Amino acid sequence: MNTQALAKVSHLVVERGGRYLLDQAYLEAHPGNVHVLVGPNGAGKSTLLSVMAGDLRPSSGEVTWCGQALDQWCPHALARCRAVLPQENVVTFPLTAWEVAEMGRLPHRTPDRDARIVREALDRAGVLHLSGRDYRSLSGGERQRVQMARVLAQVHDTGPDQPGLLLLDEPTSALDVRHQLRLMELLRVDAARGRTILVVLHDLNLAAAYADHITVLKDGKVVASGTPAQVMRAETITHAWGVECLVERDSLTGCPWVRMRYGLGRATAHREHAA
Amino acid sequence: MSAAASEIPAAVAIPTPGSRSARARWVVIALVPAVLAAALLGLTTGAVEVSPAEVLWVLTGHLDDPFLREVILNLRLPRVLVAITVGAALAVSGVALQGLFRNPLADPGLIGVSAGAALGAVSVIVLGTTVLAPLVMALGVFTLPLAAFAGGLGTTWLVYRLASHGGHTSVATLLLGGIAINAIAGAATGMLIYMADDQQLRTLTFWNMGSLAHAGWTLWAVSAGLVMLALACMPLVARALNGLMLGESVASHLGFPVHRIKTLVVVTAALAVGASVAIAGIIGFVGLVVPHLLRLTIGPDHRYLLPASALGGALLLLLADALARIIVAPAELPIGLLTSLLGGPFFLWLLLRQKGRLG
Repeated sequence: MNTQALAKVSHLVVERGGRYLLDQAYLEAHPGNVHVLVGPNGAGKSTLLSVMAGDLRPSSGEVTWCGQALDQWCPHALARCRAVLPQENVVTFPLTAWEVAEMGRLPHRTPDRDARIVREALDRAGVLHLSGRDYRSLSGGERQRVQMARVLAQVHDTGPDQPGLLLLDEPTSALDVRHQLRLMELLRVDAARGRTILVVLHDLNLAAAYADHITVLKDGKVVASGTPAQVMRAETITHAWGVECLVERDSLTGCPWVRMRYGLGRATAHREHAA
Repeated sequence: MSAAASEIPAAVAIPTPGSRSARARWVVIALVPAVLAAALLGLTTGAVEVSPAEVLWVLTGHLDDPFLREVILNLRLPRVLVAITVGAALAVSGVALQGLFRNPLADPGLIGVSAGAALGAVSVIVLGTTVLAPLVMALGVFTLPLAAFAGGLGTTWLVYRLASHGGHTSVATLLLGGIAINAIAGAATGMLIYMADDQQLRTLTFWNMGSLAHAGWTLWAVSAGLVMLALACMPLVARALNGLMLGESVASHLGFPVHRIKTLVVVTAALAVGASVAIAGIIGFVGLVVPHLLRLTIGPDHRYLLPASALGGALLLLLADALARIIVAPAELPIGLLTSLLGGPFFLWLLLRQKGRLG
């Protein structure tokens, strides 16, 4: 494993109009790992990812990739090893799914291999059959998978010797359960190929089942960071999200299993009604 | 999403079901003879009947008929060259602006770029002998195209600042801003026309309707040079414009220097529109119709769309000019009126199709 290919965030502060979107945030994403970022709405997950993607300039703090500060990187070289999947993807032009995925090859000058790589990426993302379709006519989940194929095509040349970083902002938000699992399996395969993967998720059980490392953000601060077993504890979840839950252990995989106490309000109302 | 699919032997020819680049290449190649044929049509059409053979004889210097030489070399050849220059400039700047604004409805005429360029040019014509005399003295034949360029640049920048916010462009603001700028520039132009004397008035009438007829050789050469300069920049931005179709942040994630690209596109589009307004006045909708039709056939890949639009724009204006001379022969219809008559309904049709999708 190449320990050089480390994405490191330290003392990151993003202040906008007197509000701290990120406050001394930190994380270390290691090659070969799936690092999951979770937290309630407005916790600063997307902000952190935007800073790491170079879209947002932090007020202070530092982001390094492979030991080099992000703004010291040549944008072109960075684009060949780091890909970003944003939350929203609006396309107003009549691009086909194939053409969208092909965009991932723009930073590379490899016309002889591009078609093969794009095909493989679409296949891995499970959307090869949609290649010829107009991107705008696809469903939300299909679009998300096509964008995922674009990201895969972009970092295709990375691997154990060539550090690669994937920054994915809620890649499962529009996917059905089956495709969520498929995507997470796909990320595990990519991590096994030596890539560094940082992904924002909302589903805690998905995070617990597939992450090597979980960082919990709340109000711009890191409130917990560690392995799923260390982080997925009832008091942490209650503190960060303000919901009641039980944390069990999956008998088959041994992963933490978070059971939300749904319907508590309704049960209380029911009891009061009965009394 | 299986890992097993990852190893595909390199020797196998990969079909690319969603890629239209092969067809796009052929369309670009096929447009070249089409433009040449349309140019020949432009040279043969008009009040005097000239056969294609006679045109070729005169052009190659084998036919020494002074009357035919006058008609072909001094009357028709300039307008054919102007049609090619202006058509290419308008269509290419349309494509570039649409890529920049990430909206297929951005047309240099609709969003006010042409009106701004016209204001710049009209200022020079009306005030060139009085207030702006030192400028005309200093810049000579370049004054008119440069003034049009400055006007176009100012409005493009203004419209861009108005409509873009945090990497997103609001179509509604873009088009409404275009209406406002068209109104302001139109009123200012109107005031200048009010101040103009009879001689200037005659020069000015054609600005608002657009015409390929009044251009002289010098003005054409200067403007064509500027248009060539703008066109030469396009290959530099073609790949970046492709990336921009997925949004500004995605383009920067793909390694493109988005801010520099935006500046380059605004300046070159203004340069091309300014130069074309300087020789032909306002000719609307070419920048909207040509790119749109080409996108339907070859897709939106700017590596092919830009050259195809240059050729397509030239082709459209050559045909429109021939038509303008045929329907009311021996007089002629102002070409700007014709393109608006054809382009206006086309724009309405686009709006109807996009209903509900505008944001």
